[in-house]
Amino acid sequence: MNEELINILNSIIANATPLVIAGLGETVSERSGVTNLSLDGSLQLSAMAGFAAAIASGNLLVGCVAAMIVGAVIALIVVVANIELRQDMVAIGFVLTLLCADIAQFLGQDLAGQRMQPMTKLNIPLLAEVPIIGPVFFQQPAIVYVSYILIFAIWWWMFHTRGGLAMRAVGERPETAFARGTSVNCLRYVYTFIGGALVGLGGAAYSLAIKPGWTTPPSMRGEGWIALAIVIFGGWHPFRVVLGAYLFAVLRALSSAIQRSPDIQIPLVLLNMLPWLLMIATLILVSSGAIDRLLSIMPRPLQKWTRNFLRSDPPAALGTRFEQD
Amino acid sequence: MELEFQHINKTFGRVRANQDISLTLRAGRIVGILGENGAGKSTLMKILSGYQPADSGEILVDGVPLHAGNPQAAIEAGIGMLQQDPLDVSPFTVLENFTYGQVPGKRLNSREAAKRIREQAALFGFDLDPDQTISSLSIGQRQQLEIMRLLELGVKALILDEPTTGISAEQKEVLFAALRNLAKRDGLIVLLVSHKLEDVIALCDEVVVLRGGVLVGDRQMPATTAELVELMFGQALTPQSRESVPLGSSALRFDGVTLRNKRVAVEKFTLEVRHGEVIGFAGLDGSGQELILRACAGLVRPSAGHILLNGQDLTGKHFRAYRENGVVFSSAGRVEEGLIAGLTLTEHLAVTNSGAFIDWEAQRERTAAQIKHFNVRGTPESEIQQLSGGNQQRFLMALLPDRPNLLVLEQPTRGLDVDSARISGSSCWRAVMLARQSCSHRPIWMRW
Repeated sequence: MNEELINILNSIIANATPLVIAGLGETVSERSGVTNLSLDGSLQLSAMAGFAAAIASGNLLVGCVAAMIVGAVIALIVVVANIELRQDMVAIGFVLTLLCADIAQFLGQDLAGQRMQPMTKLNIPLLAEVPIIGPVFFQQPAIVYVSYILIFAIWWWMFHTRGGLAMRAVGERPETAFARGTSVNCLRYVYTFIGGALVGLGGAAYSLAIKPGWTTPPSMRGEGWIALAIVIFGGWHPFRVVLGAYLFAVLRALSSAIQRSPDIQIPLVLLNMLPWLLMIATLILVSSGAIDRLLSIMPRPLQKWTRNFLRSDPPAALGTRFEQD
Repeated sequence: MELEFQHINKTFGRVRANQDISLTLRAGRIVGILGENGAGKSTLMKILSGYQPADSGEILVDGVPLHAGNPQAAIEAGIGMLQQDPLDVSPFTVLENFTYGQVPGKRLNSREAAKRIREQAALFGFDLDPDQTISSLSIGQRQQLEIMRLLELGVKALILDEPTTGISAEQKEVLFAALRNLAKRDGLIVLLVSHKLEDVIALCDEVVVLRGGVLVGDRQMPATTAELVELMFGQALTPQSRESVPLGSSALRFDGVTLRNKRVAVEKFTLEVRHGEVIGFAGLDGSGQELILRACAGLVRPSAGHILLNGQDLTGKHFRAYRENGVVFSSAGRVEEGLIAGLTLTEHLAVTNSGAFIDWEAQRERTAAQIKHFNVRGTPESEIQQLSGGNQQRFLMALLPDRPNLLVLEQPTRGLDVDSARISGSSCWRAVMLARQSCSHRPIWMRW
């Protein structure tokens, strides 16, 4: 395979990583029933905080932790306002997204133009040597490897542990979860906190690795909304969310490649629309009857897995408050 | 196990749902808790199973006070409740649902649990596959799963809230056989909450009757239906005498109509309904009644045959054409679909009015008149959710258009409270009573 293509694929994986991590974070909190709409602002503020902390301490890890704390605190505001103050999560999240974006710009004024050595690429021994796969997946910054681990860890937790069963039950039917002895609101706190921390880590992935540094306006502006859309596209399934993030990165790479090529004349605006149009088309395909027909001819064990994978209903109790009477 | 209720009291606002209820239940018996809707039977059972706390009073389990602040604590004390709408999680599989929420220390791994489900299902004659998702199950199957799950948790007292609503006759037989086994063979206390006399008579050893939150009777079976009816309603009820009505011309005709949906097909159905006739559809849910009723309103298109309204062929026409011809359809979900929480009664009526502008004064007067006519407890300014279920039902009648040619009602008495039910004793008659209330001329009623 040619060198250039491998380089492109490698950068696609890297570029998708913040979306992967933030999308997984949002999946975790939405699966427990909490919509954290503050994603876009949260990504910007945590990216800024992560960068600032990394510069102040001279340590990238400190930056990551700072970003995670910021993301988690913002998510906590959403869930506290909802559970304790009985506020609507969507309203709170929306206000927070605007607020955090502005705070990030304000506090980040002096950071613009400052430089710091971003995360360097690490080659994983043995795996990096595998042809094609190695250079694409295993010659990446550390944060990318963290995202790989997260994908499988979250999937495993959700579908193969009792904790995951409780998490999904809380998002689907909290009354049932309560009846089975699960503390609904406590779990919502925990998963929203974790989800928010992951969103923060996604922010750090931008400012410390993928788009290093801080600019005004921030380079990751708008990415949070994309992450939210990818969660919906991904049907709240970690694998599909990740697939959505990668697909999105591929489409972006494609549109910038087309832009660069002198032979093809397509307006830039039209190209930017491409990922969205394809997403809508995919969603329609997934929810159409074609999938059911496909399922019916598959072997039985595979059917269950595929149906679970293609499921695109939101958690039934998403965005609702739970009060035990 | 022995369960003893001691002076249980519970109020909701001004409503005294349970008043000083004392009762003792013994192992190995099937006890029916009988009463009208709103008599307080569900409240009492929710208190027993930990879903609601009592205001005062105590429940003793084998002489030990039960501290059940939540359902989990009640289950640990050996008391489990099967809700009318089983509390499960619809995207979960049977297996996931079965294993979720097991008491620590008694946990099974997936393979053991799947095996256990198959064994238990075979034992009770239940029809369950561990890999099915809950959303693909019928209510009857979900009940079966929930019963198995509660038994797995070591429940010694099993409460079933209106378990025969929405399940097939076959499933009911299986369920009753299982319950008899549980009581007689395994010595469980089985509590059957119901307002259906026939279920209670068929199954129970003992019947406890509640009325208006008060325990009014405790009878060993067999008891006569008349005796139980009198306890339930506080008076012996005689069916209203029927008024005979001269029948008019043909209002609706089905000519060899074939209807299909995913689950059931109605083949070559022929029926003639004349003005002044009341037709009831009996049968189990999902036997095709809803297809026929929806076809009457033009909501389902027949794949063969003809539907004539007042002699006019409307086969395959849009439901608007049916509406213009005076067909009024009220679905089983009318309370959910027909009323809008947050709007006042006046606003509800104003919505049914045509014209771009609203004369609020006139609407308010019209609403006041309808409230009086239909005996609704509320004011024109009340918001709909402030009304009780029965009042909402009656107000819905006020929303139906005047002088329909054909009135199609799907389960018109579903969820009626004591008040509405008191109009008449037997459920078959309620629809007609409501009809007489609402319409001075003679519409055609369809129900089952």
